[in-house]
Amino acid sequence: MSAAANLDTTSLTAAQVKAGDALPDFGYDVTATTVILGALATRDCRPMHHDRDFAIHRNGTRDIFLNTPNQSTWFERYVTDWSGPKGRLGKMKFRMKDSVYPNDHMLFRGNVTEVDTDDTGCTWATLEINLSVEDKTVTDCTVRIALPKDDNDNPWTRKGDQWKP
Amino acid sequence: MSDTIKEVPAEVQDWIGKERYQEEGEFPVERGYIWTACSSVEMGNPLYWDDKAAEEITDGVIAPPTMISTWFRPHHWAPGRTKQALPLQIHFDLKEELDLPEAIMSDYTVTFGEPVRPGDRLRTAQVLRSLSDPKTTKLGTGRFWLIDVVYTNQKGEYVGTESYTGFGYRRHAK
Repeated sequence: MSAAANLDTTSLTAAQVKAGDALPDFGYDVTATTVILGALATRDCRPMHHDRDFAIHRNGTRDIFLNTPNQSTWFERYVTDWSGPKGRLGKMKFRMKDSVYPNDHMLFRGNVTEVDTDDTGCTWATLEINLSVEDKTVTDCTVRIALPKDDNDNPWTRKGDQWKP
Repeated sequence: MSDTIKEVPAEVQDWIGKERYQEEGEFPVERGYIWTACSSVEMGNPLYWDDKAAEEITDGVIAPPTMISTWFRPHHWAPGRTKQALPLQIHFDLKEELDLPEAIMSDYTVTFGEPVRPGDRLRTAQVLRSLSDPKTTKLGTGRFWLIDVVYTNQKGEYVGTESYTGFGYRRHAK
């Protein structure tokens, strides 16, 4: 795909990150298309992600809502926008307290809670991310992401027992 | 409608801790879905759009790690199929066996191993880890369950594990 060949490949290194750092806030206006495209992208044809009548009358929710796998890709986008492409996700854990519906404005906020090095020498940042709609938490997410130690390091080269997510 | 729910059958109790539904994805990992997924969240990470960057950083094109479940979701229809194939079949088995018509996912944990690349054929196995006592939430009365889905690639390399907490329920009686 050559049209995007000038995208920024700069990446954060672990030395540039410390506990307490804030990630930039990111907001997004959700539409029915957002929800349905997310379901399509994840091959999820369950009706609560595209059929408003089903969502309301069968699930008891107020509309169709973002599915779980696509929500994880929203978190990936938020985190790797910050880290740059050398940031390699190790683990992601989230708890959904509510759903994201069309006409919601999603707001992602995040903080670095820890920077550490494992016994293989891989450097990691732990992030706490909050996804809210109108100041109400929808999902709390914890991400563990490997960052390059310095400009010569690249977590993506780690394999087998050198990768301990 | 009553809020009373069914006891757990012995057969379902026996599923706990055992691998079920060892399956291979119905199609190889491919770039069209990678771009559709990136587009759906407006993710401009050069790993997925710039082949030169992917070559330099990830030794070739990879899929976004969070797409892991995409690769094992079955086709909505296929020739000769008489019953709709469902992803995360254990989840639907539990709904049926426990007579809980509705379900949502509440917690989700995913651990990532080897990167997934176009052409990969992923294999999965599903394991029911636990099943709760009856619980009542604002949605209704039912049970929580924890399901792990373990992924490997065609070389037998570990690709990741997804852990889903589901809540199967009956809506409150009106």
